[in-house]
Amino acid sequence: MISNQAPDGSATTASTPGTGAAMLPRGTLLAGRLRTTNIGVLREVALLPVLVLLIVVGAVVSPVFLTVTNIAGIGQQISALGVVVVGESLILLIGGMDLSLESTFGLAPMIAAWLILPVSAFGSGAQISPYLGLLVLLAVGAAVGLVNGVLIVKGRLNGFIVTLGMTIVLAGLQNGIVKAQTLFNLPKAFGYLGSAYFGQVPVSLVVTAIIFVLVGLFLRYHRTGRAIYAVGGNAAAARAAGIKVERVKIGVYIAGSMLAAVGGLMEAGRVSAVTGQQGYGEGIIFSVFAAAVIGGVSLKGGRGNMVGAASGVILLGVVQNILDLANVSSYWIEAIDGAVILFALFLARIVGGESSAEEK
Amino acid sequence: MTSPEAALVDMTGVDKRFGSTLALSGVDLSISAGQCLGLVGRNGAGKSTIVSILSGLEAPDAGTVRFAGGPAPRVGDVSRWREWIATVFQHSMVVPDLSVAENVFLGGADRFLHWRDMRARTREVMRDWGYDIKAETRCRELTVEQLQIVEIARALARGARCVVLDEPTAALEREAVRRLFTRVRQLTSSGVAVLYISHHLEEVFEICDDVCVLRDGKRVLTAPVADLSKDNLIVAMVGAVPAAAGAASAACKATESSVRATEEPVLVVENLTASSTAGKLAGVSLRVGPGEVVGVTGLLSAGVATLGRAIAGAEGHDGGQVRVRGQIIPAGQRAAAQRAGIGYIPEDRRADGFVAHLGVAENATMTITGRLADRLGLLRPRSRAAAAAPVTAALSLVSAGPGQPVRELSGGNQQKVTVARTLVHDPGLIVAITPTRGVDVASKALLLESLASAARRDGAGVLLCTDELSDLVICDRVIVLVRGEVFTEFTEPAFDRDQLIVATEGITVDGTAEEAAQ
Repeated sequence: MISNQAPDGSATTASTPGTGAAMLPRGTLLAGRLRTTNIGVLREVALLPVLVLLIVVGAVVSPVFLTVTNIAGIGQQISALGVVVVGESLILLIGGMDLSLESTFGLAPMIAAWLILPVSAFGSGAQISPYLGLLVLLAVGAAVGLVNGVLIVKGRLNGFIVTLGMTIVLAGLQNGIVKAQTLFNLPKAFGYLGSAYFGQVPVSLVVTAIIFVLVGLFLRYHRTGRAIYAVGGNAAAARAAGIKVERVKIGVYIAGSMLAAVGGLMEAGRVSAVTGQQGYGEGIIFSVFAAAVIGGVSLKGGRGNMVGAASGVILLGVVQNILDLANVSSYWIEAIDGAVILFALFLARIVGGESSAEEK
Repeated sequence: MTSPEAALVDMTGVDKRFGSTLALSGVDLSISAGQCLGLVGRNGAGKSTIVSILSGLEAPDAGTVRFAGGPAPRVGDVSRWREWIATVFQHSMVVPDLSVAENVFLGGADRFLHWRDMRARTREVMRDWGYDIKAETRCRELTVEQLQIVEIARALARGARCVVLDEPTAALEREAVRRLFTRVRQLTSSGVAVLYISHHLEEVFEICDDVCVLRDGKRVLTAPVADLSKDNLIVAMVGAVPAAAGAASAACKATESSVRATEEPVLVVENLTASSTAGKLAGVSLRVGPGEVVGVTGLLSAGVATLGRAIAGAEGHDGGQVRVRGQIIPAGQRAAAQRAGIGYIPEDRRADGFVAHLGVAENATMTITGRLADRLGLLRPRSRAAAAAPVTAALSLVSAGPGQPVRELSGGNQQKVTVARTLVHDPGLIVAITPTRGVDVASKALLLESLASAARRDGAGVLLCTDELSDLVICDRVIVLVRGEVFTEFTEPAFDRDQLIVATEGITVDGTAEEAAQ
């Protein structure tokens, strides 16, 4: 009656009690390792074909595209955005979101410049040293991040609403303190980061690249970096494992806002002025989210890396540059820009599998 | 064994492959009207894959599924599939903010909702089957048992002729299990076929007509339960007699439960009170000595899990004190509790036990990143893998490598990751809450053995909070909670199952019910 079709013993060793991972054949381990690595690599370079295609398009559209000057120009243009994307990516990785980075991007350099400049140049007249001004800039970033972090993490308020409100408050401050004037005549030390060149390479590009690499390594190899992935992947599990979830989250909000302030400094240096429009007025937050998400940083937290985020930034910069070079009418440039971003998202989803869309 | 022409559900020669693993190979399974077929097997044997295929969520790579002799609907055509077979999953698929009626008709074929009609039909189903749930109630307000009834009602309202119950008793109390069995018998006697999936073999013997055993994706046995003994079944599931279970209990009895009272206790809990929705604590005091395994058990609402969580710092407490080696543990601070040496194996591994898309080694070492990191705080993946290897090997954790995401592991191996994460930091006290839930027989013995050896060999104190009485075999003492208070304590192993059951109900041995004071 009992039909006990015992399979041959050799096939079942892996799941028989008493044997286990240690007994797995070496080949299996290696194959598993290769498989995981391959998928990881594939995801990280998911945007490469798109970038190559865009570069070909750019070269066809304009002979200027592949010149050193133009590429350096792209580099300088995307540096500021890139630094903010690093900040936003960190915040997305812990499962948060911060819309107010775009206002911090404008407010932090505005406050610093206002304290530096004399009354005649619409400054406060405090005329602090430009170097002290840089510290003020970072402090403003840290303060905004701290407020956001505490409200969201300790106050358990919704991150979307808190940072949306913060966006508007900060943008209002940015215009309010200078009565909607634009601050010119920034001291050299203040504008250096955004305007100086090492030979033909913009300093801002070098600094941004260094930030990407350092944050990338930090995320990959530092215990706090790994804790960021754990917190974003499953906060409850991270807490049960003894990770100080709240501290990590607040820390990331602070770091993100400080990076946005640095990005704002680059932008101010690039255009040699701080305008009331910088950041919120230009609506850069859409580009920030687009770059991060195109680069495979999950909006649900826990997934993504700096290689992806960087390629997202480069892609946006190249698209913008091609549209400029192709003399697309400025009335249409935004529509085309948006369409290209949507297309890139779609493509990243196809190539990268689940990188930008999550399974539950 | 069953008449082949009338099989309501008929799976033949089904293969299913996930990446490099063959989850099912050539599996035949048939269920006839009015039959209750048990499906058992170890974690990873392929039970979940069968559920997915029978639910129309996944297509088999080879083989066919037929309903009453005709071909099954297209995979993904969930609505038509549900007319034949409906699954009550282990994790509730009820939308908490919708009413019972809406959930019963959720995803139904009707394009427009006829609210009155929907409620009337829900009421009808509830009345016909004698279920006592109002159609208008919001599902958030229901108990686990009631949610399960809503899911069964959903199946019945669609006219499904076969119901798959996947681990239906996992979250039910004893009384609720009894009522579930009555409902299953009611279903089968009216001609509904039931596929009953469980780790609890005694349930299979009680409720099923036949049982089908899977091992490594193959069907190894199908037979009427009347022809089998429990040992037959275990041998079929495991492929060998599991010596581990016996060894664990033998090891337990071999070590003398010496006069540990004289030693300084690892854990002292004094008059702990907590108000939790999962069961409150009304002044619990207990001690755990080094090398001692203390069990805490009781009904679901008795506060067993709350006690574990409060001691581990995963949940706050209102009053009283928790001390580990004389150090007071602040309420509700998991990180501080961990620093003081409290390891914690949480109750719900999916929610609290691991980060699903991170690797096995990273999850297993999540508690010791501070120890593994160098002066700059940098961690090398290789040192992580090296630190994880001994623990995962000791637990026989099967994975494709240290980098394999935990998401891809079977439930039992996921639980081992959670246990590994705790053992790896050499805690002075381990608080384990229902560590063997949803784990197969052999893995269960292994997990219990690893907890026992953490106590016997490494001198850790172990507090085992569980409603699974068979887990208590490794304990030196068992404390029974009733309504958030210590009702009684059993100090002499082996513990008598019946006496434990009686005690959890708050009844003293002479049979008189004693109301635990509030």
